[in-house]
Amino acid sequence: MLRQVVVVGASLAGLRAVETLRERGYDGGLTLIGDETQPPYDRPPLSKQVLQGAWDPQQTLFRKKEGYDSLALDMRLGVRARALDLRGRQILLADGTTVSYDGAIVATGARVRILPGMAPRAGLHVLRGLDDAIALRRDLAEAARVAIVGCGFIGLEVAASCRSRGIAVTAIEALPFALSPSLGPTICETVESMHRDHGVELRTGTRVNDVLGDTRVTGVQLSDGSRVDADVVIVGIGVTPNTEWLEGSGLNLADGIVCGESGEAAPGVYAAGDVARVPNAWLGDATRVEHWTNAVEQGVFAAESLLAGGDAVRRFSSVPYFWSDQYDRKIQFAGRTRPGDEAVVVDGSTAERRFVALYRRQDRLVACLAMNHPRGFIRFRKLLADKPGWDVAMSTSP
Amino acid sequence: MKVVVDLTLCDLHGLCVETAPEVFEIADDGALRVLNPTPPDALRGKVDKAVRECPTGAITVED
Repeated sequence: MLRQVVVVGASLAGLRAVETLRERGYDGGLTLIGDETQPPYDRPPLSKQVLQGAWDPQQTLFRKKEGYDSLALDMRLGVRARALDLRGRQILLADGTTVSYDGAIVATGARVRILPGMAPRAGLHVLRGLDDAIALRRDLAEAARVAIVGCGFIGLEVAASCRSRGIAVTAIEALPFALSPSLGPTICETVESMHRDHGVELRTGTRVNDVLGDTRVTGVQLSDGSRVDADVVIVGIGVTPNTEWLEGSGLNLADGIVCGESGEAAPGVYAAGDVARVPNAWLGDATRVEHWTNAVEQGVFAAESLLAGGDAVRRFSSVPYFWSDQYDRKIQFAGRTRPGDEAVVVDGSTAERRFVALYRRQDRLVACLAMNHPRGFIRFRKLLADKPGWDVAMSTSP
Repeated sequence: MKVVVDLTLCDLHGLCVETAPEVFEIADDGALRVLNPTPPDALRGKVDKAVRECPTGAITVED
């Protein structure tokens, strides 16, 4: 019987895990450990509402302080977990204390990658946490020109937010397309043209060789020989799972925590969210999924697996879903694509930037992407769960 | 239970429509509509899941 559960990582997955434990009737000790001083907050608004200045940063908090009373948590914020002792069933914290557990959930997430060899300096930013967003927002208030390094979803959302503030934006991408090559040229070009129409200067197929400026950034030097002047440089080139603290623990680490079918990483230890590689029956593999909804689903799944006990056979199955808000457009995506999958617009049109596109791989439907078309999107996301053949998808199209 | 959706928060992700189609739908005008604001307790699990999964926290349940 469980008496002491520790959840390491106080973001979305960790929060949903502790909520689920209590909802399912677990009434033993429950400790939530987070390395940030803020209680759990929501990340998607950071690149939009917070950067645009529409929200006070505190509006991103999932619960106000008193909202935690009912969860009866021992919440330890501002302290990093330093090591996991599987044999002794305890977690060592950076402040020298230890927390014993008979059940643990690891949801330590991921952190942004930085450009190699580029020292931190004023005006050089990343965007992952609330503190990052606050610091960036402060700098944007004074900025006339920004350079964004990396045109994935985060980089493009930041570009849109900067444009809404009237700041000149140059967005730089090493790959030939903005967004993601796996989404195919038609979709990438649609999104690129939207940004150009909003005044973003897009520089694809070129790398950043150097960030210029000694104490404060003045711009970036590109691999094509040109330079981009900027008051602020924002780097958004992906994330790395936070597993260093687990090295030597005995957990299987390989681009995240490798988990068994029930999400277990070791007896009594489960993992969830960005850091976890939980086998996903729908995907047919156990890759990391860095989406909001995945953090929710795996936080719940880990809590339920822990309560079910080590002998229970459980299976995680979910169609990955994410969204992105840029200007007045919402992009929704479900499934998984890889380069070479064919995107077919089945409703609306890319020209009006309102459409539903389906992705075909041989005779299968593998994913769906919609822009400003929530009703069309829902229909196909539901269909995707059954992994239908392409002909079935086509017969469902309007 | 009573299900309330704050339409000023709703961002039309539609996860609730998929999780609990008995309770939520996207209407012809494109807005979210609560089909059944007082669903039977048998739907409690689905509604709770919809609350948990709503990216904007727009759904609340009053007992």
